[in-house]
Amino acid sequence: MAEREPKVVGYCCEKHGIECVNLAARSGKQYDASIRLVRVPCTGRVDGMHILRALEDGADAVFVLGCLEKNCYYDTGSIEGRKRVDYVKSMLSQVGIEPERVEMFNASSSMAWKFPEIVSTMTDVAKRLGPIEPRGDRQ
Amino acid sequence: MIVAERKPLGEIVEMIAQLHKVTVIGCRSCVAICLAGGEKEVKMLISALKLKNRKEGRKQEFDGFVLERQCEKEWVKEVDDKILASDVILSMSCSLGAQTIADMYPEKVVVPGLNTAMFGVPEEQGMWSEKCLGCGDCIIHTTGGICPIARCAKSMLNGPCGGSSDGHCEVNLDIECAWYAIHERLKLQGRLDLLEAVRPPKDWTPSHSGGRRIIVREDAKLTQHQKRGKEAVI
Repeated sequence: MAEREPKVVGYCCEKHGIECVNLAARSGKQYDASIRLVRVPCTGRVDGMHILRALEDGADAVFVLGCLEKNCYYDTGSIEGRKRVDYVKSMLSQVGIEPERVEMFNASSSMAWKFPEIVSTMTDVAKRLGPIEPRGDRQ
Repeated sequence: MIVAERKPLGEIVEMIAQLHKVTVIGCRSCVAICLAGGEKEVKMLISALKLKNRKEGRKQEFDGFVLERQCEKEWVKEVDDKILASDVILSMSCSLGAQTIADMYPEKVVVPGLNTAMFGVPEEQGMWSEKCLGCGDCIIHTTGGICPIARCAKSMLNGPCGGSSDGHCEVNLDIECAWYAIHERLKLQGRLDLLEAVRPPKDWTPSHSGGRRIIVREDAKLTQHQKRGKEAVI
């Protein structure tokens, strides 16, 4: 049976976050092409609701990629993003779902190496944990 | 405003575990302002509960919406059909909203999604503090606009007590001494003489100690004739 493709969704800020992705692509870095990126104006715009909705709609893992905290284009957007990720993690823990399915990352537009690393970290998590379903049903 | 906070999710899950059709109802008033039971919180709660059910292979139906004010029957009536179609109402409002629905639909199971905490004010984003106990006999005109009943750990009427130190309360040094604050406020207003008067023991009968409180405004009440007319319109 073919290996199931992990479903990873990434909310990516359109400043340093997306520039980091673009630079990774332009520099020929290799990363898993199965990830779904959602471009957002700022990680401060990402709400816990968006992250939970992605998981609800079938994502195995979700990450949020924003600017470096001390170099955020909108000053505090990536700090807000991290707080929301942490809140969702606490909600997931309370309902017995692995909080590591959700992570926050920060990168600057020049950190091309960072994006493949993030993708690899999250696809590993998605492969290890699999879909959110009863344990007995897992292949 | 009324300040509330969401119950731990484990407790909520336990309350609704045996029931199939769950309707989550939030409120756009106080609990939305204190980020406990507004539209976002309702959606996030439903998502988390759905994820838990998926993880455990359990089947439950969820519906969710937000009322303008859950403590008023007129707003609740608007979603009459949805309430009647559900097995359990998970109220994401203060206890007043939950009790309003429970009283209107006595045959329905209503469970609270929030713990109603206090009458408080938003001090800064993400922080609320208690400022009133609803004692039914307001005296803040004599205390510089600061309520010693709610803000003094001992609810003293003639403070400060010996536990006040550098403007902080002995109960918890992070708490401001209410009577120190009152002294500073009255000093600023040049009304320190108010502190010389000894306040007699408080009459607690207007508070909850006198039993459930009901306020009636005869001039605002509808006559039987008016009630019949209003029902006919609805």
